[in-house]
Amino acid sequence: MKKLLAAAAIALTSLAGAAVADGHENYPERPILLMISYGAGGATDFQARIVTMTAGNEDALGMPIAIINKPGAGGRKGWNWFATEADNDGYTLGAYNIPHFIAQSIEGGVDYSADSFEPIANWGADPAVFVVAADSAFNSMNDVIAYATENPGKLTFSGAGLFVGHHIAALQLENAAGVKLAYIPSNKGGAAAMKSVIAGEVLGGVNNLSDAYRAREAGNVKILGVFDNERNDFLPDVPTMKEQGYDIDNSSVNFRGVMVPKGTPQPIIDKLAEIVPAMFENKRVLGKMNAGGSPMHIMTRDEVLEMWKAREATLEKLLAGL
Amino acid sequence: MEFIGYLGDVFTPFNFGLLMIGTFGGLILGATPGLSPTMTVALLIPFTFRLEATEGLILLGAAYTSTVAGGAVSAILLNIPGAPANIATTLDGYKMAKNGHGARALQLSFLSSAAGGVFGVLLLIFLTPILARWALAFGPSHIFWLAILGITVIGTLEAGSVVKGLLSGCIGLWLSTIGFDDIMGEQRFIFHSSLSGGINVIPALIGLFAIPQVISIFAKGRADSGTEILSVERHPISEAVREVARRYRALSLGAVVGSIVGLIPGIGGQIAGIVAYDQSKKISREKEKYGTGHSEGLIAAESANNAMVGPSLVPLLTLSIPGSPTAAVLLGGLLIHGIFPGSDLFENHPAVAWTFINSMLVGQILMCIFGLYIAALAARVVLAPPSFMAAAVLGLAVFGSYSVYNSMDDVYVMLMLGTAMYFLEKFGFSAAPLVLGLILGPIAEANFIQGSLIANATSSVVEYFLTGALNLCLISMVAVSLLYSVWSEIANGRNPVASGNGRARP
Repeated sequence: MKKLLAAAAIALTSLAGAAVADGHENYPERPILLMISYGAGGATDFQARIVTMTAGNEDALGMPIAIINKPGAGGRKGWNWFATEADNDGYTLGAYNIPHFIAQSIEGGVDYSADSFEPIANWGADPAVFVVAADSAFNSMNDVIAYATENPGKLTFSGAGLFVGHHIAALQLENAAGVKLAYIPSNKGGAAAMKSVIAGEVLGGVNNLSDAYRAREAGNVKILGVFDNERNDFLPDVPTMKEQGYDIDNSSVNFRGVMVPKGTPQPIIDKLAEIVPAMFENKRVLGKMNAGGSPMHIMTRDEVLEMWKAREATLEKLLAGL
Repeated sequence: MEFIGYLGDVFTPFNFGLLMIGTFGGLILGATPGLSPTMTVALLIPFTFRLEATEGLILLGAAYTSTVAGGAVSAILLNIPGAPANIATTLDGYKMAKNGHGARALQLSFLSSAAGGVFGVLLLIFLTPILARWALAFGPSHIFWLAILGITVIGTLEAGSVVKGLLSGCIGLWLSTIGFDDIMGEQRFIFHSSLSGGINVIPALIGLFAIPQVISIFAKGRADSGTEILSVERHPISEAVREVARRYRALSLGAVVGSIVGLIPGIGGQIAGIVAYDQSKKISREKEKYGTGHSEGLIAAESANNAMVGPSLVPLLTLSIPGSPTAAVLLGGLLIHGIFPGSDLFENHPAVAWTFINSMLVGQILMCIFGLYIAALAARVVLAPPSFMAAAVLGLAVFGSYSVYNSMDDVYVMLMLGTAMYFLEKFGFSAAPLVLGLILGPIAEANFIQGSLIANATSSVVEYFLTGALNLCLISMVAVSLLYSVWSEIANGRNPVASGNGRARP
């Protein structure tokens, strides 16, 4: 029934398209929704509200973007809804988190994969970092791995759940160093994982660069390495994993951006793909994001498409062993 | 005493206007089922984009404070807790409203909220550095034992049978396991796609409390409508003040318990009210009156859930770790203005930090004044004809459960659970222990699994959970609580008359 309806809708749109050039030049004519598959106040929600705050400007979409949160099951609930129930008329956008949704689709049990969505643009990239408590004896990744080699399976370190960037980073570290570690996932997100590091419940942790940066400013942690290809502007003094001899790329970096469901008319996708990245460049947006310690990384639709493909390939390899 | 220097900032006309809007709006939103404090604060964050940092925080601080207290209004008048923190308030508060003492119940609740709230904020002002270390002392094993302590309360929570209370709690524990498990990455009991996100506490709370009432009102038909309450007793505020002062034991117990529980990251304020209610029942000389519309339980619960507000911000303001969902949202509100909370917050941004804390202090008092002012009026809600009431409650229930996560799935879950609860209530089961099971289940489970993952990697599970001063202290509290329930059950069974009248001293 759903398919039939969709087919009818497509037939109708194409009919209308034949009649009036393509019928989308006035898009958008009403406010647009942006679905976030995490709760209000979380990092993704917080950043999405900032990067879309100028959507109503004449030089952007000319229509405001309203945020709608559909949290649950680590984002699965929102993305399931987005893939199966959201209208593909261009008035319902969604936020993606890479590697989360691709890793979940490889794990299985969900109604989506990278092919269910069409990316529009990327706004942010939050790399994972390795943190230890400020009074820890570890001062480099080599200290950490040396301990883990002597005590296989005894190096406890926290992160925000399974099949998220932190978990991917943990798997990469285990593979690259060739040792067994004890990853302790939290079910309350990065903040709870950070607390367990500061309180000394675990010996270390994988966490978001932005949160770790703040925790270091507060004097609570040391940051030993970045799980990315280059050093980060927020932390120029922290070496990457590769610099310390561990062959780890940027597969765990948490990319955030905007997408639409498959089947959205191409003219609308093209229009969004042109306007949205420019909207992210707005000075007020950049200022607020910088003040919040959220690293921006603007990518166009073509760059994101390529990034999704590359990520899918690495994640399939990485998760095959689980 | 540094905070007094910044007290003036709260009273500039614009800031004070914001404080009034935040307080009054928070009270109304808090009284709406489904709009929890977390939700209200999250909704307000976009409005602070255009404000200065201090102004934005005044709005958020006032709204946080008053939504927590506002939740008591629907708990007392409609028997629907506005948020999990208000569950214990329904136990005696709703009975009081039913007996025509709605105005008194609301007055007592606002007065004790303000007293507890001011106590909590004063703790935040004076003892932050000490409390921060205490907040970090609780690891997975300790939080596990705390959750178990909460579970031992379940059986004795309501006046009825202990066995039925425990059974209700078990149903709640089972319901809490539905959905994706974030730690082991498995799916459990998802036999319909509506359940893939698990059972969310707030829709469940609304359904379990509101729907059985709606059904029973409709089931009665027109025949005896309007027979329940004929008048709402007027109640002078000075009387209420005197009553709160007379119940100082319940009041101070609530404030202390609320502050301690609020401080521990991860447990949040959800159980502060219920733990305080239970403790005050255990030390009270008039235990048998609990659950029949007795003011002591109401005072303890409400002073506890507002006392939790101040201490729950300690980990956020000193360590940059949000200890509760609401604190996480407030962190967003701070970050957006480029303020990183941390141990040096009070040195780098004293004006912002102190004004924020002061706004909560003044907000507590404003909230109390507004609350007392509307109490007499709001209490008249119970005079509405039951059939209108039922329709309005049903509407609020649907609206409230949808608005939490914008999901119809939650509405279906709410209706299903509520309908089931109607039949369970016919057999003497009650909603409060069930919801408590639903809230405590995931806390106990997640912390047990995390603890055992850490323990397996480092030492042994037995050593991790059963040694250490804090663990032993919590375990003995669990044991005392259990023994107490068993003892009072036996005493009750042997001599119901004695326990009914004999122990109560004049």
